[in-house]
Amino acid sequence: MRLETGGRLIDRTRPLRFRFDDRWMTGLAGDTLASALIGQGRILMGRSFKYHRPRGPVAAGLEEPNALVTLGTGARAEPNVRATQTELFQGLRADSQNRWPSLAFDLMAANDLVSRFLPAGFYYKTFIRPRAAWKHLFEPAIRRAAGLGPAPKAADPDRYDQVYAFCDVLVAGGGVAGLAAALAAARTGARVMLFEQAPHWGGRAPVDGGTVAGGDPAGWVAAAVAELAAMPDVTLRTRATVAAVHDHGYVLVEERLTDHLGGGPGPRRRLWRIRAGRVVNACGAFERPLAFPGNDRPGVMLASALRDYVVNWAVAPGPAAVVVTNNDDAYRTALALRRAGISVPVIADARPAADGPLPQAARAAGIRVATGTGIAGTVGRGRVVAVQLCDAGGGGHVTETIPCDAVAMSGGWSPAVHLWSQPGGRLRWDEAGAMFVPDPDHPPTGAAGEPIVTCAGAAAGALRLPDCIASGARAGDPAAAAPPAEAEAEAPLLPVWVMPSGAGPRKRAKMWLDFQNDVKVSDVELAAREGYRSVEHTKRYTTLGMATDQGKLSNVNGLAVLAQALDEAIPRVGTTTFRPPFVPVTIGALAGEARGAVFQPLRRTPLHDWHAAHGAVWEPVGLWRRPYCYPRANESRADAVAREVLNTRRALGLLDASTLGKIVVKGPDAGRFLDMIYTGAMSSLPVGRCRYGLLCNEQGFLIDDGVVARLAEDTWLCHTTSGGADRIHVWMEDWLQTEWWNWRVFTLNLTEQLAQIAVVGPHARKALEALGGMDVSKAALPFMHWAEGTLAGIPARVFRISFSGELSYEVAVPADRGVELWERLVAAGGPLGVMPYGTEALHVMRAEKGFIMIGDETDGTVIPQDLGLGWAISARKPDYLGKRGQMRPALADPDRWRLVGLMTLDGSVIPEGAYAVGAGRNANGQTATEGRVTSTYFSPTLNRGIALGLIRRGPERMGEVLTFAAEGRRVQARIVSPVFHDPEGKAQDV
Amino acid sequence: MSRYSVFAIVREGLRHHTGWPRAWASPEPRARYDAIVVGAGGHGLATAYYLGRNHGITDVAVLEKGWLGGGNTGRNTTIIRSNYLQDPSAAIYEKSRALYETLSQELNYNVMFSPRGVMMLAQTEHEVRGYRRTAAANALQGVETEFIGPRRVKELCPIMNIDGPRYPVLGALWQPRGGTGRHDAVAWGYARACSQMGMHIIENCAVTGITVEGGQVRGVDTTRGPIGCDRLGLVVAGHSSQLADMAGFRLPIESLCLQALVSEPIKPCMDVVVMANTVHGYMSQSDKGEMVIGGGTDGFNNYTQRGSHHHIEETLRALVETFPMLSRLKMLRQWGGIVDMTGDRSPLISKTPVGGIFVNCGWGTGGFKAIPGSGWAMAELMAKGEPGPLAAEFSMFRFREGRFIDESVAAGVAH
Ligand SMILES: Cc1cc2nc3c(=O)[nH]c(=O)nc-3n(C[C@H](O)[C@H](O)[C@H](O)COP(=O)(O)OP(=O)(O)OC[C@H]3O[C@@H](n4cnc5c(N)ncnc54)[C@H](O)[C@@H]3O)c2cc1C
Repeated sequence: MRLETGGRLIDRTRPLRFRFDDRWMTGLAGDTLASALIGQGRILMGRSFKYHRPRGPVAAGLEEPNALVTLGTGARAEPNVRATQTELFQGLRADSQNRWPSLAFDLMAANDLVSRFLPAGFYYKTFIRPRAAWKHLFEPAIRRAAGLGPAPKAADPDRYDQVYAFCDVLVAGGGVAGLAAALAAARTGARVMLFEQAPHWGGRAPVDGGTVAGGDPAGWVAAAVAELAAMPDVTLRTRATVAAVHDHGYVLVEERLTDHLGGGPGPRRRLWRIRAGRVVNACGAFERPLAFPGNDRPGVMLASALRDYVVNWAVAPGPAAVVVTNNDDAYRTALALRRAGISVPVIADARPAADGPLPQAARAAGIRVATGTGIAGTVGRGRVVAVQLCDAGGGGHVTETIPCDAVAMSGGWSPAVHLWSQPGGRLRWDEAGAMFVPDPDHPPTGAAGEPIVTCAGAAAGALRLPDCIASGARAGDPAAAAPPAEAEAEAPLLPVWVMPSGAGPRKRAKMWLDFQNDVKVSDVELAAREGYRSVEHTKRYTTLGMATDQGKLSNVNGLAVLAQALDEAIPRVGTTTFRPPFVPVTIGALAGEARGAVFQPLRRTPLHDWHAAHGAVWEPVGLWRRPYCYPRANESRADAVAREVLNTRRALGLLDASTLGKIVVKGPDAGRFLDMIYTGAMSSLPVGRCRYGLLCNEQGFLIDDGVVARLAEDTWLCHTTSGGADRIHVWMEDWLQTEWWNWRVFTLNLTEQLAQIAVVGPHARKALEALGGMDVSKAALPFMHWAEGTLAGIPARVFRISFSGELSYEVAVPADRGVELWERLVAAGGPLGVMPYGTEALHVMRAEKGFIMIGDETDGTVIPQDLGLGWAISARKPDYLGKRGQMRPALADPDRWRLVGLMTLDGSVIPEGAYAVGAGRNANGQTATEGRVTSTYFSPTLNRGIALGLIRRGPERMGEVLTFAAEGRRVQARIVSPVFHDPEGKAQDV
Repeated sequence: MSRYSVFAIVREGLRHHTGWPRAWASPEPRARYDAIVVGAGGHGLATAYYLGRNHGITDVAVLEKGWLGGGNTGRNTTIIRSNYLQDPSAAIYEKSRALYETLSQELNYNVMFSPRGVMMLAQTEHEVRGYRRTAAANALQGVETEFIGPRRVKELCPIMNIDGPRYPVLGALWQPRGGTGRHDAVAWGYARACSQMGMHIIENCAVTGITVEGGQVRGVDTTRGPIGCDRLGLVVAGHSSQLADMAGFRLPIESLCLQALVSEPIKPCMDVVVMANTVHGYMSQSDKGEMVIGGGTDGFNNYTQRGSHHHIEETLRALVETFPMLSRLKMLRQWGGIVDMTGDRSPLISKTPVGGIFVNCGWGTGGFKAIPGSGWAMAELMAKGEPGPLAAEFSMFRFREGRFIDESVAAGVAH
């Protein structure tokens, strides 16, 4: 119901329409969905996870475990949204979850009727037989019953922003402690960032009362925010939750930008990634529920939550509320209720006496205070209508039944230590407050061992207003003076973990600890009885603290019950680890803007647009896009590839080779360095010449290859594979920086600075001659030489190298002249029958020549010797990377699989990945193998299938026929030379 | 000892579950045992179990420095598959997967093995070739896998976007009898079975030293006093190098942090396990409804169980691209585990330079699936002093000889 007056956050002049399930209702601007629903008399907001018990909100903020809804519809539907944090907007639509067919009438609540047979971990003991039933019967049923909201069906249409920021002091929490900390720090000139998860500043203080600087806390809050806002180096954000503090002060903050407006232009959320010099955790504390029978009935709430609903939003479940507590703070709720005109029939206080100022004030207000009293049960279907009182220390004998619409419970407070504990801060048990507090002697530390997080205010265990604000100011600046503050003195609480303390098993099975996951006192006790005695075992066995609130309400109560069951002290039982995030973070915000076409950067060669305009089909190669082939109208890809191969072999082909890695290595020690990096001798390569080089890792395995050209006495240009350019550049730097750091060598990755075009085929020379400018004759530019000059007026470096077996030149020009050169070549090549060709024709032609391809013939387990490339290893060099590795017995074994060519007897193409079947089975009963196919193609040149493969002692077995198996087929193929085309190399050396 | 069954639950339900016995005992350590296993993770417990079951050795203690199952066994994303490329790997992982099929019945503890099927997406031509090769190898190894096309992928996993602009799905390696299990239950089930055989599982008992005399192990020092033994199995995953150091030898192991995370629970939407290696991430849905997500390891050695945030972002970017519906879900919890990586990404089940000491480690990012098979092979090694065929290739000396079992060949992410 909505109260006639009050409500500090609502605007009674601005009604808002919203829909919950199928009912349209009205709330007010400033409401949360939860307060608006309570205002409409709706307490039932959800169903629990396991027993599907009816549930209402138990909290008013981010710790809420029960009131979870699906917000929005269609592609914008978001499951598991806390109604207690959802700001109302015009037209908001929310649906209840985890119920069927409806929230009020949920058939799955049948689980509740048999709950005594579904205790913690029952599923480990059942569903064992029959074996197939788990997968096909039991598990599907469990899966359907589990889960909360429905899975989103469509792609998220919203955008998510990510930013980086830096600050000296980051303050998490904009309550009075956080504000005091931010002010104190900012006044020292520090760069300060202050984040508050709620839409408004001030935290609990404006609700809880007391005075700051002689006035209302709300007044001080407003003044503090105004002062901070006026400072240049201060960043203030509301609706921004500090989600994680990682090592070295790396902080994540999720900011909600448009949710409260119901959407809008611009990103929906923003993820801040902040390096903070230090962090002040001022996230407050969470009130603890009391574990009494029936404490999960809708209408039973935290005392502070009911206070919030009444004071902030002027709503309450009904005209009468019982308060049950073990401390003085809950009396504030009783007084606030009374001020708002809600009757408080009784305050049940478990303590033997309650005589502090707050209980006195309650009595003075005419409220009945029953000390030594607990709750033996709650009454009501779907919502509480009465509570049963009992002796707090007894077995639960009902002394009195008191009608009410709500129960405000308080079991004390637990500081929100998450941001302290995540990066490694330790905790200490505070006996007086019965709570874990940060242990200032064991803070999380940074790289130099300095503390990186300080806790302030309630998060540090300073629960009373004067202590709270003082600890905030100190955390901001140890020298700062805190504003004077006053609040009523409070008597110590009495730890109460089970109410009534002598309750028997039947009652203990009705005392909820973890509301969402339906974990009760009896479950924790069962875990202890069965030997799941470590907190972590208990947590996992019972699922305590594993719900979406991550144990904010349940952990300490659960621990205490466990400690009692084990007869141990609470601090000895210890806590579970605090894992990020503090509250769940939207995955979209963590993923950011990199989606779809911009998921990863796209690298285009200088000739990209030409290819696109000429019908290229793309193949992704790392981040690059390369033309796979250029099919003509009505031409299949295979036909296009065949045409490109044949045309290149017979006339003239052009290949965009720009993606090829080009790393310049320069310096007095460059030759020595390359002799170590490559298996061959690069220092002896004369200027003007090219040499094929192999790179191995320390283990001896081949990792990349390419042609190296010596540009000058102290300069080499190393070509790498397209995929290998960055990797090999890093590899070189790795060795230079960590191993040979005193060698004078510089490396530079020029891959993107140059466009490189392969001009290939019998007419290649004629094409270049037609461009004019350089002598490319055999005499002037023999095979494996390079020369510099101009071609068609473009400065060019021309390499006579061939990966196809044809007469071939690779021409490198500045990237911005690439298109010009390509178009000149297309024009000049016209009469010569020029055609572009793509990566697939390149692969086919190299396979026809028996040239290896990194990634096909190699897979990290292959050494150059396996590939017949022993000739590219310099025997004279004392060392190179991989040499020692290659000397190990298994790598020198004559039985290794070695490169051969393979031709099927029937001319067909061997399936990709096929293995050569050997004789019999190995010790583990697997079919023996003696080799495998590494590349397999239809060769247009030979008009049949050809393959390269690695076969045990392959080169010694020429002519043998082997059986290959793949895709359920078997194919027979003969071992032949890997060079299928032009074995004498006549075509390329003309 | 009580057997678990639906009848037992009803019986106990009627008396408020007050009669359940301990799942495993917590005895005081004795002065010596025939065999000691260090590390009560899945591999250590399975080793002990099969020492008793297959070899009749029950005078065994399993020493655990924390709580049993609290290492990687209790932190992993529970993918079970055996579609490995190399013969020795396929043999042990398939043995393991087959043991998982009947593990619940064997242990009388529901480990929730769910063969829902595992698919590894091919999103480049190179991956297509790689997975075709693995499928061909698996067929000869007796592992049931298949290379399937994009249409079938979509049928099996409707929430997947198979035609993303950057990495359209070109197919997948599909293992229909791969799946997931319940990690804690595997540890608890083995622990209970070991305890029932009279073995001692001693928690909160860290090994702090190893006594070696004349090249032969004599016992260990622990935080609960010295304990003697003739046979010692070191099964401590990320801490293997530390234990080896106590015995005076080195292991080819690096310890790195691997992270995982879960979303909030939602209703069932995904009934298979999907691994996407090109974009680098994988996902399944737990029985609770959480989307279980993982990705790559940190690039530096570390013991803190806290990983680098950018990996989380990287993984989620990859998965939002693959499963666009994920974007509006929320990350509930993230964590890390210290994984023990070898140079060839294959494990060690091996004799060591010290007589009587055996190691089982190096399972790295993918050893949950191997727990039963590894325990089986390790028990044989400890019982006989020599490896059987399953373990034969996994000697720690293979690096010296260059006899790698390189699985990184097949997959970037190996879980
Ligand atoms: C995030 C993540 C995701 C993963 N996902 C998968 C997956 O999907 N599928 C898969 O198959 N695998 C996965 N793995 C790998 C898998 O978890 C491990 O390979 C496996 O659990 C290792 O089991 P273990 O028994 O060897 O080690 P652990 O479970 O780590 O056990 C080792 C035990 O040794 C104890 N110990 C250490 N030092 C000492 C000492 N001095 N004295 C006594 N005890 C000691 C530790 O406390 C620990 O309990 C994943 C791992 C991680 C971290």
